[in-house]
Amino acid sequence: MGQIIIIGVNHRTAPVEIRERLAFPPEAMGRALRGLLEKESLKEGVILSTCNRVEVCSLARQGFLGTAEVKEFLAAYHAIPSEELNGYLYHYEGDEAVKHMFRVASSLDSMVLGEPQILGQVKDAYGYGAEFQTIGPILDKFFAKTFSVAKRVRTETRVASSAVSVSYAAVELARKIFGELSDKTAMLIGAGEMCELAARHLLSAGVRGIMVTNRTFERAVKLAEEFGGTPIRFDELPVHLKRADIVLSSTGAPHFIIRKHDVEEVIRIRKNRPMFFIDMAVPRDIDPDANQVDNVYVYDIDDLNNVIDLNLEERQKEAVKAEEIVEEEVRAFRRWLDAQQVTPTIITLRRKYEEVKNVEVAKAVSMLGAEDPKTRKVVESLASSLLNKILHAPIASLKKDADGRNQMELVALVREIFDLPEASGRTEDGDSAETGQTTRE
Amino acid sequence: MHVLLLKATTAFYLVGSVLYLYFIVTLKERGARLGRMFLMAGVVLHAAGFALRYAEAGYTPVTNLFESLSFFALTIAGAFLVVEIRYNLRTLGAFVAPLAFAFSIFAAFLPGEVAGLAPALNSYWLPIHVLLLFIGDAVFAVAFGAGIMYLLQEKQVKSKRMGPLFRRLPSLEVLDEINYRCLTIGFPLLTMGIITGSIWAEYAWGSYWSWDPKETWSLITWLLYAALLHGRLTVGWRGRKAAILAIIGFCAVLFTFLGVNLLLPGLHSYSNLSR
Repeated sequence: MGQIIIIGVNHRTAPVEIRERLAFPPEAMGRALRGLLEKESLKEGVILSTCNRVEVCSLARQGFLGTAEVKEFLAAYHAIPSEELNGYLYHYEGDEAVKHMFRVASSLDSMVLGEPQILGQVKDAYGYGAEFQTIGPILDKFFAKTFSVAKRVRTETRVASSAVSVSYAAVELARKIFGELSDKTAMLIGAGEMCELAARHLLSAGVRGIMVTNRTFERAVKLAEEFGGTPIRFDELPVHLKRADIVLSSTGAPHFIIRKHDVEEVIRIRKNRPMFFIDMAVPRDIDPDANQVDNVYVYDIDDLNNVIDLNLEERQKEAVKAEEIVEEEVRAFRRWLDAQQVTPTIITLRRKYEEVKNVEVAKAVSMLGAEDPKTRKVVESLASSLLNKILHAPIASLKKDADGRNQMELVALVREIFDLPEASGRTEDGDSAETGQTTRE
Repeated sequence: MHVLLLKATTAFYLVGSVLYLYFIVTLKERGARLGRMFLMAGVVLHAAGFALRYAEAGYTPVTNLFESLSFFALTIAGAFLVVEIRYNLRTLGAFVAPLAFAFSIFAAFLPGEVAGLAPALNSYWLPIHVLLLFIGDAVFAVAFGAGIMYLLQEKQVKSKRMGPLFRRLPSLEVLDEINYRCLTIGFPLLTMGIITGSIWAEYAWGSYWSWDPKETWSLITWLLYAALLHGRLTVGWRGRKAAILAIIGFCAVLFTFLGVNLLLPGLHSYSNLSR
């Protein structure tokens, strides 16, 4: 029934110049998937294309042949010479491929360990496969399993729990200081990219309002519009500072724009309602000594990076647990795959000898020259019961112990001694679909 | 029967505390859920024990050290449950439930028989005075737990060194709000408790205020909480300062309750160890 194979590149094996040439944009997906399955030995296929990885997952009649064909396909489709491409590609077959996909979807193979987007991207890839009908029962089950493994990893480990980007770390801290953010106001000073990102995260975390100020007022107006906030003139900053619970700053100023005694004064006016300053500027905008003021918390970019490093360490620890889950699930999927091997073999076996029987019955009937239905019936039933009795033993031993270790060898043996063709054709897939497609999550 | 019931609740408070501690270490939801159930069961049994004891004694049984300690444990557990459910603040359990257990086990080591009522305590003022104070003190106990949590969490945010507690403890704002809420509930109760005591003293001893050690220490406690409330409302004392004052305040509560009983003789010596 073939082997699951994965051929691809990721951020570790290929530079972005290669990855971008290999990428499959959504609108090209249909053509690409159909092109993929035109290859002789590829039966099912899914293409995962993100900015960090391009991977082709396929069910191939034979692993090594399929791998070569996928490589050919990638080179031809993107018009990249094979010899250039091959240096970047990795390939996995069988259990290795299964494990790889489980790890990818669980974000254990991601550039940022535990980042959440990849699962959605794998789901999209599966969606294209389903849309263009390049997914058969095996990959269908495989991807359903992949999603459930990713879910298990996310709920049973903390591999994705704490923030590992500066902007998320800022939001997480804000939550620990303020709890609910829905009655809090933020102020954005300057227009650093990271600050804007953090402001966006704060807004989606529910911050009530945002004030935007910039040395060039027009820029402030423009940004405020974008965030649905209020623009503030830069020289009026001290007046409005008292309304801000969270201050994000990244100006190009060469000196502190908010000094410790400014903060002391503001916090007094605010009757000690806490303030959280996030200083993303280098050189810094906010005097770090302001952190000594009661109910004031000042984090600069290094502080945030330290928080992230700690969180990453924790994720690394959790990843060990996640890898164990993946190993366990690979074994479970292996058992499922093995059990699948039997059914198509039995079907092919029966079909082949049914044909032999039909031919021989027809021959015998014509030699007898007997037209009466009774003779025909007798001959036919003789042949049928003979066939059933002969095939009974091999089929019974195939069915016995479907989880057993020697299953694959037994299947191979039966195929050889009964001279069965290499498992082929969509019909078999259709048949095994009845047994295999029952557990879609 | 009621003595057994009052002492047996100690086990419930113990199991509840352990479960809440288990929850804060492992973050397994089940720990907090079971902890709450054990505490609730403890409170129900405990209250039933007091009802039975009331029926037998014929007066509100908060007149000696055993009864007071046990009753304090009950009010702490009750006040904690209210706050825990109101704010869904399961980590609070690890800090407050052990207090209920501590008072309960202290009581369990004391003789529990009904000893009869000292003539001076035979008054309608007894239940009013004592209930107000114990409920107030229990609310302060919750503020004490929240105060410790606040200091732990604040230290991590301020020093920028996040330990394992950072993720587990709630936000500073929620902890500060509990501090404030407890203050606004506990302080009026304490005030009324002292006023009713003073009126009762006029009936019983012929004087509203006689600088008995219990009275003096109540006044000190009251002044501490009054200062905190005043600071909060006028200049916005909050956060760390409020948390520290809530902790000091509760220490004063404890001294007024236990220290005075055990160390300083005076008019209020109904409930020292010798009885």
